Amino acid sequence: MLQSLHKRHSELAESNRQLEILSNGIFEANELPKFKNKLAESQQFPLKARKLEILQINVGYMCNQVCAHCHVDAGPDRKEIMTKETMLQCLEVIKQTEAHTLDLTGGAPEMNPNFRWFVEEAAKAGIKDFIVRSNLTIIRANKKYHDLPDFFKTHNIHIVSSMPHWTKGKTDKQRGDGVFDKSIKALQDLNAVGYGIPESDFRLDLVYNPSGAFLPGNQMALEKDFKKSLLDEFDIHFHNLFALTNLPISRFLDYLIASENYEDYMYALVDAYNPKAVKNVMCTNTLSVSWDGFLYDCDFNQMLRLPVNSKTKHISEFNESLLEGRNIVISQHCYGCTAGAGSSCQGSVT
Amino acid sequence: MQKTYYDPADLKKFGKISDWNEELGSKFFEYYNAVFKEGALSEREKSLIALAVAHTIQCPYCIDAYTGDGLQRGITREEMMEALHVAGAIRGGASLVHGVQMMNKVNKLDL
Repeated sequence: MLQSLHKRHSELAESNRQLEILSNGIFEANELPKFKNKLAESQQFPLKARKLEILQINVGYMCNQVCAHCHVDAGPDRKEIMTKETMLQCLEVIKQTEAHTLDLTGGAPEMNPNFRWFVEEAAKAGIKDFIVRSNLTIIRANKKYHDLPDFFKTHNIHIVSSMPHWTKGKTDKQRGDGVFDKSIKALQDLNAVGYGIPESDFRLDLVYNPSGAFLPGNQMALEKDFKKSLLDEFDIHFHNLFALTNLPISRFLDYLIASENYEDYMYALVDAYNPKAVKNVMCTNTLSVSWDGFLYDCDFNQMLRLPVNSKTKHISEFNESLLEGRNIVISQHCYGCTAGAGSSCQGSVT
Repeated sequence: MQKTYYDPADLKKFGKISDWNEELGSKFFEYYNAVFKEGALSEREKSLIALAVAHTIQCPYCIDAYTGDGLQRGITREEMMEALHVAGAIRGGASLVHGVQMMNKVNKLDL
């Protein structure tokens, strides 16, 4: 199994080193324009947060998988886990926020020992769309997780799961040996309780990330191919496919540098810059909460330790009106969300 | 003068061929874009055909473009290689089928 950057004591485990790489080299020499300047070209700098719609909470970086592209650098060795105390602070916010979507992520969020309690409590707030980002294999990882499909159904959770391809080869290459077979079984388990079935209210969406140094293709075309292959070969149904661009941070940045693809990839992202995607990027309507309760514009900024530009910086001092209209903190990794059709945790944005 | 006939950066300048003949260049790109839209064949199938043809005509720009396009569409390396073998089979077959002409002539002239 691949090891996390932290476990390997890689210099890229440090967010400052990642930010240096993203600001120096081709960007320092003005070979490529900085994201700030690109936004300014279309009069979109500074990028401002609108009304909060999506509250995304990262309940910990521990994961049973070590995926090659993971922007969290998650893995079994990561010990950053949200405490019950921080969860209680999050629950206070969940009860008062006007956000329509609550999005739990990780790591594997299910590995937080208080995950089920937190879901039960959060579900009581009655937020319209309650998402759990499940890596699928966790459902098959251990007996204690086998009943997760029923648990999710009981609390009307919307499942969003990563699946980089409909073939074993491409999936296992990105997510680890054996992941494809376990993911297929988990999807079948979810279908068996009603998730992902065409007319079902129990939403099951898949997330596609390219398994290499290239950008995702057309989301609708990919969804069609995924649906046909998964149905024909495994009798699996799901609702929508979200095509996400890999952002050049953490393990994906490590891969880009090691494979000598970094500069070409950054050129591809900058070439594909779409000013129309900017107004709908997720940081404009999302707030990301880290395992230790700090607030970020998105999950990527969380991993780069770029906190929100606001007086309210922690969930314990949450103030929705203070956060609205804040300037979004940006760097060159943001090109990943504005390339082509744009990219967000809900897929394309145009 | 550049030192090589092909520069990967030139692929991005393809659209510039219209600079010296706007009318024909525009017509070409309009046709090109229409060809690759989904029709009786899917865009994915057309991408694989383009990849095979790119190898048949040995166009480095086209190979670069349609390998990348295939990856973005989720086309696997197995599918890509099979498409190339189709190109190879037709190309090899095209040589070998002319062997019939050779054989005809030999059979006519040789004792």
